[in-house]
Amino acid sequence: MIENNPVIVTENLTRSFGELTAVNQLSLSIQKGEVFGLLGPNGAGKTTTVRMLAALLAPTGGKATVAGFRVGEQDQEIRRKIGLLPEAPGLYDALSAEQNLAFFGAMHDMENVSSQIRRYLDLLGLWKRRFEPVGTFSKGMRQKLAIARALLHEPEVLFLDEPTSGLDPQASRLVREFIIELKEEGRTIIICTHNLEEADRLCDRVAVVSGHLLALDEPGELRRKIFGRKVVFHLTEAKLELVNILEKFKGVSEIEIVDNKILAAVENPETQNPILIRELVENGAEVQFVGELKRRLEDVYLELMGAVEGNDHG
Amino acid sequence: MDKIKAIIIKEWREVFKNKLVLFSVSFLPLMITAIPLVTLYYTGRSDDFAAISIADIPPQFVPLCGGLNGGDCMLYYIVTQFILLFMMVPVIVPMTIASYSIVGEKTTRTLEPLLATPVTTLQILIGKGLAAVIPAVLTTWGGYLIYAAGAHLMVSNPEVVGKLFDPLWMIAIFLVGPLLSLMGVSISVMISSRVNDPRVAEQISAVFVLPVVGLFIGQMSGLILINEEFILWMAAVLFVLDSILFYFAIQIFQRETILSRWK
Repeated sequence: MIENNPVIVTENLTRSFGELTAVNQLSLSIQKGEVFGLLGPNGAGKTTTVRMLAALLAPTGGKATVAGFRVGEQDQEIRRKIGLLPEAPGLYDALSAEQNLAFFGAMHDMENVSSQIRRYLDLLGLWKRRFEPVGTFSKGMRQKLAIARALLHEPEVLFLDEPTSGLDPQASRLVREFIIELKEEGRTIIICTHNLEEADRLCDRVAVVSGHLLALDEPGELRRKIFGRKVVFHLTEAKLELVNILEKFKGVSEIEIVDNKILAAVENPETQNPILIRELVENGAEVQFVGELKRRLEDVYLELMGAVEGNDHG
Repeated sequence: MDKIKAIIIKEWREVFKNKLVLFSVSFLPLMITAIPLVTLYYTGRSDDFAAISIADIPPQFVPLCGGLNGGDCMLYYIVTQFILLFMMVPVIVPMTIASYSIVGEKTTRTLEPLLATPVTTLQILIGKGLAAVIPAVLTTWGGYLIYAAGAHLMVSNPEVVGKLFDPLWMIAIFLVGPLLSLMGVSISVMISSRVNDPRVAEQISAVFVLPVVGLFIGQMSGLILINEEFILWMAAVLFVLDSILFYFAIQIFQRETILSRWK
C-alpha cells in the first residue's frame, strides 16, 4: 500500500436527516490502492457514508474529497471517477446483460464501450449469456453483472455495498476472488459489509462505525489493540505449577489452562516466547507446539459493539 | 444529447416489453381512431343529412361551416366533435409510460446506480419525458392521419374533408397534443414520486384526464364551442401550466429526494 497518497479524505463528515444523525463527524483518510472496509450494524451510517462519497447525498456538516474533488461542490467530476455497487444490484431486468452495460457506458460518455463490455463479461464469465435478459439471471450472476457495471468505465475508486450479501457460498467466493484480483490491480476499493470474515480477508484496513467512528486500523492491529497477544502452549499435560512458573515473568498475564493448553497474554511474544518455552521445558513440560491465539475480526467487532451498547445503557 | 438518446432507447426497451403497458398504449389510440371512423362510415354518405338546413345546426357552430350547406355543415359538426377525443391520447399514453418508467425504477431500485453516473437530473427527466411523449404524440398524429384518410374515403364532400386540415385541427393535433403530453408526463413524475405501484400512479394520473372529458361533454352538449380561438387559448393555458408543472416535477426529481424519500 502506498502511504500518504490519499484518494479519499473526510473531515468531520456529517449527515443528518431531520433530527436523526446518520453519520456523525467521520474523519478518514483512504490511501490509493487500499481496500478499506466499513463495518457496523444496520443503521450505522455505512450506506449513507458511501452515498455521500459517491456524490449522491450532500453532507450536512464537515467536508470530504474523493479523487481530489470536493463532495457537494464537484459532484459531476466525482461521479466520473467512481464506480458504485449499491446494496441492491439495480439492473434493468428486461434488458440483456450487454444492453445494461451499454446503457451505463453511454451514461459515462464511453467511446470504447464494446471492448470494455467484452472484457468484463469475459472476466466474470457472462459473455456467453450477454444477449439474455437480466431478469433470467441468478442472484450471483446479477451481482457479477452489477460489479461489471461499476467497473466498466475504469473508475479510480470503487464502492461495494454488501458485495456478497444474499449470495450462495460459491457465488460469494467468486465475487471475493474477483475483488482480490481488483486489489492486485491496485484499485482503491471501499467495502461496506456485515461479513466480518470477508472484511478480514479482503481489507487492508477497516473502520468500525456506529454513527460515529469506533475504531480504525488494520484488522490484525485492531485484534492486538483490543485483545492483546495471546500465546497458546500446547503441552502433553498442562499442570497448575507450570502456570505458577509463567506468572513470575513480567509482561505475561491472564494465564489459564484449557484442556492440555496454557493460554497467556504475552506482551512481546517474539522475544519472550523462547524464554518461556525453555522455562516450561526445564520444569518438565513437554511442549508439542506454540502458537498465537487468533482472534477473529468478529470478536473485535462484537467487543466494540458491546462497549457501545454498554455506554448507551450506562 | 447522446445520454438523452440512450435513456429514451432504454426506456422503450424496458417499457414496451411490459405487455400491460403495450396494451394500454395501443388500445386507446386504436379505439379513439376507430370510434369516429365508424361514426363517419354510417353518417358520411347518409342521405338523411340532405334534409338538414343551416337552422338545424347549433348557431354558434354555423360560422365555422363557411359556405357549406346544411347537411355538410352537420357532418362537419359531427367530425369536429372528435377533436377532443383525440386530445385524450396525448394525455393518457404518456401517463401510462411515465408511471411504469418512474415507479418501475423505484421498485427495482435501478435509480441509485444511474444517479451515481455523471448524468444530470435534467437529462434523466428529459430522457424519460421524451420516451413517454414521443409515442403519445406519434400515436395521436398517426390516429389523426388515419382518421383524415378514412374521412376522405367515407365523406363524399371534399370540402368537409378539407376542413380536417383547417388551422383549428392543425393547432389541436400538432400543438395542443404535444402540450397535453408534456402535462401528462409532469403529472406522472409528481404522482410517481409518492406511490410504489405503477398501476396506482396510472389510476391517480387518470383523474387529470377528467378536464378533457369535461370539455368533450361540454362540446357535445353545446355548452362549449371548439373553434380556433378556443384552441389557441387552450394552447396558451397549457403552455403556462406545463412550465409550472415541469418546474415542480424537476424539484421533486432531485437525487437527494429520490434516494432518501422515494420509498
